[in-house]
Amino acid sequence: MVELYLLLGVMLAAALVASETKNLLAAAVALGMVGFSVAIIFILVQAPDLAIVQIVVEILTVVFFTAVILRTTEIDTTVTGGLKMETSMFIAAFLAFGGLFLSLIIGVLRELPQFGEPLMRVAQEYVQFGLERTGAANVVAAIILDFRGYDTLGEATVLFTAVVGVLTVMRMVSKKKSGGV
Amino acid sequence: MIFYIACVLLFLIGLYVVISKRNLIKIVIGFSLIEYAVNLFFALVGFKKGALPPIINQTEQVRMGVARNFVDPVPQALVLTAIVIGLSTTALMLSLAFRLYERYKTFDISEIRRLKG
Repeated sequence: MVELYLLLGVMLAAALVASETKNLLAAAVALGMVGFSVAIIFILVQAPDLAIVQIVVEILTVVFFTAVILRTTEIDTTVTGGLKMETSMFIAAFLAFGGLFLSLIIGVLRELPQFGEPLMRVAQEYVQFGLERTGAANVVAAIILDFRGYDTLGEATVLFTAVVGVLTVMRMVSKKKSGGV
Repeated sequence: MIFYIACVLLFLIGLYVVISKRNLIKIVIGFSLIEYAVNLFFALVGFKKGALPPIINQTEQVRMGVARNFVDPVPQALVLTAIVIGLSTTALMLSLAFRLYERYKTFDISEIRRLKG
């Protein structure tokens, strides 16, 4: 489990870099570091399907960010050197909020089963009868495409709506000749 | 426990970026960080020590019905679709930011706030 600690550390450090750097391209690359660390953690927790999907999605995310940043600007003008009074007070307030949030959520996390010992009350049936009922050797595929097919249909609707939104926003010709965004 | 807390910390960093940064691209990055934190938390909850990935690949295992020692497949199935949806929402946010930049020539939301046109 040493590599898990290491990857979580890399992930948190990269997230901090992504939030504080002045160059937006560097921020996009740091976001890619977070995503690929997550992909490797997926492999370590025995989730190969998730790791494959996460790698593909992360590559596409970084490509989208890079495409947008190269067409616009790569300098974050809102980051200024030196701490201003307002910013430092905000950071102090957020740290206080974060401490409160953590102390509350630790109480919730104690109620969960220990790390490495899931309950698997629902999963027991899927694992036991998944192959016989669906014919899929991959239990995850059996769940998303068969046992919970309507769930996947709903998520595909969300996906389709978002893609239609992107196409609408990025359409080259606007209906109105003047002032159309 | 410490792994769950690392997920919560990543979530908090993302929340901090979303509510404190004034650059639109940074805000999109913050949303992505929150999404990764939630996905990772689900995958960690389903982990089982010494278990195999939930793929049935040995013929004798199929025939004999040997007790299958797998990690929990349900959170993985839920997260699999959530990852793809995260990509599409990120693309939507980025395209909106791009159009805003075309119109206002800046990513600074305090500049964008002023009325124009």
